[in-house]
Amino acid sequence: MDFWRRFASNRGGVIGLVLLVIIVAVAATAPLLFPNNPWKMVSRPFLPPFENMKFILGTDTVGRDVAAGLAHGARVSLLVGLVSTVAALLIGIPMGALAGYFGGRVDDALMRITEFFQTVPSFALAIVIVAIFQPSVVSITLAIGIVSWPPVARLVRGEVMSLRKREYVEAAILQGLSAPSIILRQVLPNAISPIIVMASLMVASAILLESSLSFLGLGDPNLMSWGYMIGAARTVIRQAWWLSFFPGVAIVLTVLALNLIGESLNDALNPRLSRRRS
Amino acid sequence: MKILTRIVGRLVKAAVVLLAILVLNFLLIHAAPGDPAAVMAGEAGATDEMFLAQLREKFGLDQPLHVQLWKYISDVARLDLGYSYRQQMPVLDLILDRLPATLLLTGTAFAVSLVFGVLAGVLAASRVGKWSDTLISSVALLFYATPLFWAALMGVLLFSVTLGWLPPFGYETVGSGFTGWRRALDIAEHLVLPALSLGLFFTAVYSRMTRASMLEVSQMDFVKTARAKGLSPAVIERRHILRNALLPIVTLAGLQAGQLVGGAVLTETVFAWPGIGRLMFEALTQRDYNVLLGVFFVSAAMVILFNLITDLVYGIVDPRIRVQ
Repeated sequence: MDFWRRFASNRGGVIGLVLLVIIVAVAATAPLLFPNNPWKMVSRPFLPPFENMKFILGTDTVGRDVAAGLAHGARVSLLVGLVSTVAALLIGIPMGALAGYFGGRVDDALMRITEFFQTVPSFALAIVIVAIFQPSVVSITLAIGIVSWPPVARLVRGEVMSLRKREYVEAAILQGLSAPSIILRQVLPNAISPIIVMASLMVASAILLESSLSFLGLGDPNLMSWGYMIGAARTVIRQAWWLSFFPGVAIVLTVLALNLIGESLNDALNPRLSRRRS
Repeated sequence: MKILTRIVGRLVKAAVVLLAILVLNFLLIHAAPGDPAAVMAGEAGATDEMFLAQLREKFGLDQPLHVQLWKYISDVARLDLGYSYRQQMPVLDLILDRLPATLLLTGTAFAVSLVFGVLAGVLAASRVGKWSDTLISSVALLFYATPLFWAALMGVLLFSVTLGWLPPFGYETVGSGFTGWRRALDIAEHLVLPALSLGLFFTAVYSRMTRASMLEVSQMDFVKTARAKGLSPAVIERRHILRNALLPIVTLAGLQAGQLVGGAVLTETVFAWPGIGRLMFEALTQRDYNVLLGVFFVSAAMVILFNLITDLVYGIVDPRIRVQ
């Protein structure tokens, strides 16, 4: 209850949550709202928006329904954003936990790898990975996961290092508990709230990355996505502004919603931190 | 002496990272589905067996992996990044040809976003909680959520298509025959939209960083002391808070500048800007993997070089940063 009160005290967080609920609802009901395949031609090409109420957001260069594309694209964006964040957490948390818990040479080695992935221009690396392994939902998700894990590793490392010195961890060591069970049962559960905050912000940047990749033509060729819609409409921006405008608004609103939620989660889960900041 | 060992240490570290990128490149091309020769030639279908056999022999693809890796690394060390069979040109020449345009674009975008970002952040921090702070923070949040390529397209729509103020694409007016200052002005006109749209996201990043950093420093004891001494708030803000808040921002910004190179792929694609980002996009559509990996390597090298410079300069400016 206390958590919800603190979360709700941040107006931005509430707005973000409402926005996200709407977007998730649209994504979930897309097959019901728009039973047609979003790739199917349904009307004449270049139908401007708000003219034919059956296709309220107009049609694209080959007569596909823009609104249907947006609804189906929401599924792809949310899915890729979520799964690639999970992938990044699955790489970053073990790296950070091992480095922070064992310290010394293990820490040195793991942090070198982390630094390497932080130095390499991440978007360029994502492009190279997706291009070489051929665009598909799997390669896109993996590429985003691979370029986004270093901040997680750093965060977890810092948390684990400070928790490692706590008395209850020393007690667990004295009890003879094994390192994996101490890390999994004693240390990580206490580091969970900053990880949750970071994960919610990571979903937002993963959605931005996914849209950028599919804008460049590196989207899954079988799935309609917002970035693809904008990329396909890029050359006809003079004739048909709505083709790039609406998908862009969808991306901005989704990313904004997630960022707002992340910030307010931060306020709610780390009350000490946020009070110090304001 | 100390500074010399520091520089050498950094150089060694940079070289190790470069080497690791080469190994990564090598592994990627060999992990790709299909024959590496076909991948390198950009022929996904592998139609011409003769040609592929030739390639295999030329690149020593019939030899064990470690021999190939060594050959690849020594090639790059001799500045040979391979050959683009699509463009019939060495990859390095293609990249060097396009590099100046990218440096101009990313350099301008970096300067613009740093100046605007820091100004906005300082303004917001000095009016924390007031409406101007709310406004700046909200706009920053909005820009932070805006995809680069969409900002670029909307910029074209507004300023070129609708208002007709700025050219929508290109590096300069083709066939204008401008020279000297007239040409510089023409290029600058073409630069405005790409640089602003590339810088937009980073302006948001830097303004958020500046605001947070200013607020953090303003809580510190030496600021309280300055207040207790009775210094005017404006002096405290400028001399005590800003100076101390700025250094970590500029350092961080320098380290983040690498992301600009990635963003340039998107901006250059939208604006048909003849830089290495556009080259990367063309390589993508043509499946020209030698060029793709070459651009990736060069952009990573640029980032490393930039980090090295930032690191050394700030080590001199601020003794506290001199690590180890």
